Amino acid sequence: MERFAALVDSLVYTRSRNGKLKLIADYLRATPDPDRGWALAALTDGLDFPAVKASTIRNLMIERVDPVLYALSRDFVGDTAETASLLWPEPLGERTSSPSVAQAVTELHGMTRATAPAELAALLDRLDANGRYALLKLATGAMRIGISARLAKVAFAQAFDVSVDDVEEYWHGQFPPYGELFAWAAEGAPAPDASHVPLFRPFMLANPLEGPALAAVAADFAAFAAEWKWDGIRVQLVHVGGETRVYSRSGDDISATFPEIAAALTVPAVLDGELLVRGSHQGGEAGGAASFNALQQRLGRKAVSKRLLADFPAFVRLYDLLIRDDDDLRALSWEQRRAELEAFVPRLDPERFDLSSVIEAGSLDELATIRERARDEAIEGVMLKRRDAPYVAGRKTGRWFKWKRDPLLVDCVLMYAQRGSGKRSSFYSDFTFGCWDGDPDEGAELLPVGKAYFGFTDEELKWLDHHVRNHTVHRFGPVRETDKSLVLEVAFDSVHASKRHKSGVAMRFPRISRIRADKPAHEADRLATLKAMIRD
Amino acid sequence: MSAPFGWIRAEPHGIHVVPADAWIDPARPVERALVTHGHADHARGGHGRTIATPATLAIMKLRYWTEAGASPVEYGETIRLPGGVAATFLPAGHVLGSAQILLEHAGERVIVTGDYKRRPDPTCPPFVVTPCDVFVTEATFGLPVFRHPPIAGEIAKLLKARADNPERCVLVGAYAVGKAQRVIAELRAAGYAEPIHLHGALERMCRLYEEFGVALGELRLVAGQPKAALAGQIVLCPPSALNDRWSRRLPDPITAMASGWMRVRQRARQRMVELPLVISDHADWDELTRTIAEVNPAESWITHGREDALLRWCQLHQRKARALALVGYEDEDD
Repeated sequence: MERFAALVDSLVYTRSRNGKLKLIADYLRATPDPDRGWALAALTDGLDFPAVKASTIRNLMIERVDPVLYALSRDFVGDTAETASLLWPEPLGERTSSPSVAQAVTELHGMTRATAPAELAALLDRLDANGRYALLKLATGAMRIGISARLAKVAFAQAFDVSVDDVEEYWHGQFPPYGELFAWAAEGAPAPDASHVPLFRPFMLANPLEGPALAAVAADFAAFAAEWKWDGIRVQLVHVGGETRVYSRSGDDISATFPEIAAALTVPAVLDGELLVRGSHQGGEAGGAASFNALQQRLGRKAVSKRLLADFPAFVRLYDLLIRDDDDLRALSWEQRRAELEAFVPRLDPERFDLSSVIEAGSLDELATIRERARDEAIEGVMLKRRDAPYVAGRKTGRWFKWKRDPLLVDCVLMYAQRGSGKRSSFYSDFTFGCWDGDPDEGAELLPVGKAYFGFTDEELKWLDHHVRNHTVHRFGPVRETDKSLVLEVAFDSVHASKRHKSGVAMRFPRISRIRADKPAHEADRLATLKAMIRD
Repeated sequence: MSAPFGWIRAEPHGIHVVPADAWIDPARPVERALVTHGHADHARGGHGRTIATPATLAIMKLRYWTEAGASPVEYGETIRLPGGVAATFLPAGHVLGSAQILLEHAGERVIVTGDYKRRPDPTCPPFVVTPCDVFVTEATFGLPVFRHPPIAGEIAKLLKARADNPERCVLVGAYAVGKAQRVIAELRAAGYAEPIHLHGALERMCRLYEEFGVALGELRLVAGQPKAALAGQIVLCPPSALNDRWSRRLPDPITAMASGWMRVRQRARQRMVELPLVISDHADWDELTRTIAEVNPAESWITHGREDALLRWCQLHQRKARALALVGYEDEDD
């Protein structure tokens, strides 16, 4: 565990990509199986121990440390695992030998909700502060130290001087501690067999339509097809050898979160589409989709209740067909693939799959009008795809464009600020803002309408942090109430009626678009303005 | 003045000793100032009269050219102030010249610590535990997550980084008054005899320390040396120069910083530090709580820092305490 803890610590402080690659590669070469495999899995978020949660750690701590002191510490440090590693009382007397990564993993796997507190405590007693940090990060499956799965794969390839494409291909279908993968790369054993594995294929991505691209697309409009950009989550569906996987944008397997989708695809294929939840809103060829709010009920769950399945049924609106039966169609043009897709959709369960429609427009101007009129809850904007473009991984210029609707804007007054987490733990970076519930000159009050923690630059964050510190009127733990003198222009995608908020409205995707230090607070917008934008 | 300790008041810009009309570490110019130590947030220029230890006055003269009205007081010496107030300067163990100030009036004893620590420091005499009624303590690292490790281990990390990277140099950001000299003195104590290289801003303060009897060994200025000559060397600079253009003249420096804040990973990351050295001239959590227990005052007043947690600790231990809202004290670099 010491070596792994030292690696984690070095990775935290190393900024350069090459520096990180070297650290990981050195570790993988110098560490025996199965420790290095478990470490690799931990670095790439591949481990899950259901018995250990952030709340388990918190509960362990407040048995040992005053809850108020724990909360103050956690607020300052901004990370539960680190707070606990620093606050953990050093055991009296000699520390028994520190566990290996594999031993720690075995013990963590064996824990239940009931046994976790005592067993985790015993493990922590065997480690120093750095070891405790590494263990808790590993146990809660949230390393967040800037190591993407891709970076780990590149480091793996460098460590053993093998091709990173091969690593990508063989990685899927392998499980921690990746014994076969290490045997292949480090010892020249035969490569793992991946032919009957539902592999993830990297997505084709779009660039924003802006700047010179706007004029270029307008001039050559006939070469592009337009589609709606649905406001769900982009997914890839893979069915091979009787198995189906649902992959998210980042290549994470989310099949367990959407079992009805995984079960509904029974034809060998690889499909690209938008995952949505049924709802009363318009759009599509077969029934409508609900707003993103509804989809959110389904995201991030490892198990899904029958109730959720019934209340928020998911379906996929298809954009593209990459592989049909055993034919790889990716080299074909969009137009050819679209024809294949249209012919393919009738083979699918209509309750779970429909076709994303193509928008008929004669010019970019006409498309702009259609785009603005469609302030539909399930539409984010439009996509433009070159009709002759093959399906290629990544964000290639000139092939696909996304053209989002202009955001809605409202001027609000900063009311409260809270310290951020992680890198932002020393900054007031979460801002709550409000609108006037009437005429401020006649005694109207500000009601909070939303909260945003992005949209500003690093420089603006420093400025805002400084403003908050100098305009604090009350402090409530990590939250500061400001003197409500600063106007913030807030951009958002849509606004909904909400019974949960005192203001009666909930914004979708709010972000700070501009700091309006020039504008007096009483000139900020009123709630009525915001309510008029509701299109539920 | 009949209320207990009514003669000493915490105002936003300093601690006011009312009958003497004197201020402790005032943030703005006053007629009569008592200064605990030479750090910029405590020692400001422009006072009519500045009462402090000789070393603190020397530091102030060097940094802020505030010589006029300087009144030196030795450790242990008691001076009489107007209004029947006596003031005694006692070692605080923070930096060279740092003092706690014991104030006595009408049978009541109040100690204002300024900043302090309890660990041994080769550059200044140790903190003296002194009984009092009111103990006005700092709380810069007043959270239980702050437990500074023994300095020997941190110095060993620094020496190892140097030994492991003969083609690079280790650049240590260290506060110009106190921290830099302590790191140098501790390196010497660990047997490191090579020349230590300095950013120009540290030179005069190191010389001042030597004049006050703190041996620092051979020091060289970075300026004028070729890049290659600094490979495998230890270089010290103020924290502000760490990621500044100045450091481009160094051979691929490993960025280190000596500060108590380095205990928290994200703080180190914010400063773009590769080699965090947890070295502080402030009391950590254990030192703060231990000191309150040892001094055992009737009341503790908590100044700049994380007052909430220390206040909570006092509450849990049935100790009377309150937080003073003083402005202008910041120690982001310690």
